[in-house]
Amino acid sequence: MNCIEGQVRIPSGCAIAAVISKDGNRMTGEKIVASMKPMHDRSNGLGGGFAAYGIYPEYKEFYALHMFFNDRTTRKECETFLKERFEIVKSEIMPTRKIPAITDEPVIWRYFVAPLKSQLHNLQLDEKEYVARTVMKINCEMPGSFVFSSGKNMGAFKAVGFPEDVGVFYKLDEYEGYSWTAHGRYPTNTPGWWGGAHPFTLLDYSIVHNGEISSYDANRRFIEMFGYKCTLQTDTEVITYIMDYLVRVQKLSLGEAASVIAAPFWSTIKHKTDLYDKQKHEYLRTVFPSLLITGPFSIVFGFNGGLMALNDRLKLRSMVVGEKNDKVFIASEEAAIRVMEPDAENIYAPAGGEPVIITVKEGAF
Amino acid sequence: MMTVDVTGLAFDALNEKLRNSETEVTLTGCLGQRFIASGMKDKKITIHGIPGNALGAYLNGASITVNGNAQDAVGDTMNDGEIIIHGNIGDAAGYAMRGGKIYIQGNAGYRAGIHMKAYKEKIPLMIIGGSAGSFLGEYQAGGIIIVLGLGTNGKLVSNFPCTGMHGGKIYFRGEPPKSAFPHNICLRTATEDDMKCIQKQLAEYAAIFGIPQDTILNTPFTVATPDSKNPYQQMYVAN
Repeated sequence: MNCIEGQVRIPSGCAIAAVISKDGNRMTGEKIVASMKPMHDRSNGLGGGFAAYGIYPEYKEFYALHMFFNDRTTRKECETFLKERFEIVKSEIMPTRKIPAITDEPVIWRYFVAPLKSQLHNLQLDEKEYVARTVMKINCEMPGSFVFSSGKNMGAFKAVGFPEDVGVFYKLDEYEGYSWTAHGRYPTNTPGWWGGAHPFTLLDYSIVHNGEISSYDANRRFIEMFGYKCTLQTDTEVITYIMDYLVRVQKLSLGEAASVIAAPFWSTIKHKTDLYDKQKHEYLRTVFPSLLITGPFSIVFGFNGGLMALNDRLKLRSMVVGEKNDKVFIASEEAAIRVMEPDAENIYAPAGGEPVIITVKEGAF
Repeated sequence: MMTVDVTGLAFDALNEKLRNSETEVTLTGCLGQRFIASGMKDKKITIHGIPGNALGAYLNGASITVNGNAQDAVGDTMNDGEIIIHGNIGDAAGYAMRGGKIYIQGNAGYRAGIHMKAYKEKIPLMIIGGSAGSFLGEYQAGGIIIVLGLGTNGKLVSNFPCTGMHGGKIYFRGEPPKSAFPHNICLRTATEDDMKCIQKQLAEYAAIFGIPQDTILNTPFTVATPDSKNPYQQMYVAN
């Protein structure tokens, strides 16, 4: 099972869904889990997962590390490492239900941590960079230990199985978040394993992805120059790192980041009549050519306080958006939206490369 | 006429129920089941709810009416029959269809009519009431697509229509932006003969959706056809 992207092929679609309350109203995970049911056949049981935002208000000042360990010994070793770098304010076994549909689970643990001030001072790093580097270090250098979620007041929950079962396994009905994303996996090319399920996260950024990135290796080679390491044996994680690099490090807006990864064709840019918009697109394509993502994708990018949905520029995957009152819904299929909200309104399919950005009202999360 | 509640049914069980039903059947509680009525003939099916992808794939004569939106790949490779959508339709509608008709009240997603084809009397037809997404009629080899642009503020089609088109005909009610089309596509104002070819079909469409025929015909149509004298010119090498 240790083959990496490109060394193994599993012939195969995926399913994605998301919901967000613009007023910051918190919802349990039940509806997002149910939304995956009509899309059951888009996955094959080799991966399901969810990201939830606003679920840890009582620990919102701390980074929530969700981790997989192969066994107790690796956990002990990794904890020793964590203690050298963080103050651990809480550590506990991830609450799960034993169900027949989910088997062979690793040791799943959850930590709420704060970076040690002395370390930050020594390394002259800001907190987020410090946490990001620690996550990379664990995922690359500590076999058997994987950080699969590392943001504040949010968390990813993923497993090998169908998403509707993964939701029951992780007791998502007991969490309340203002925003949720979901994924059902049908692996193409790479193995189905716990770390390989979506979402892929770094800090509070998460990606669920339906598609297959043709530009994976070009993107990977570029992003690895900036300290990111692609270790999870699948193409999607590179999108997470690209978004982290563009938004957190390069401080691009979400719309600009979307114009980099799903850049319009040069011919489309040429015909733009808005001169500022035209120059902006020329600039972004020129500066970040290696971060253009080609091949089919529909993604939902989660972050603290919002979501962004985006299709590849050719729109080779489906995505539908709808709304009702304070909520916005996104899914691969309209049926999934109708499960969450039978009376959803303004249902439409965004064009390829047209980002849909939804943010929660200031101060409401 | 019978009504079947298909809430929570898997697609294969749903189709089994359809096969065993009377000729006229109404489905309620439909939500996301794929392949509904695939390959069927001699049925008249009305659907309440949201049918899943590949509705009426390989359809062979049956009639399907959806009271709502439809998802992707409606009428994939359909051979005969009709699919009527009282709403919008997803991507790749009428994928490789070779006969029959698809009438859409609202908008179509990307790649409507991709690789439609025709042979002798088998001429598939798709009428889109609103606007069409990008790559309309991609690789179209035959058949007729009509885009009416009703209630869309003049928008008929998005980027890259008729890419790779080498047969068939697309009618636009109004004038689509010429610059969006590839070089090998000829755009011209529809002649009387062109309009005669679709008169009956437009009347049928207008009757189904309750639109006055005058509204449809109040604007001159534009016809897009491939310049098929030398379709592969410069695609690979100059010839």
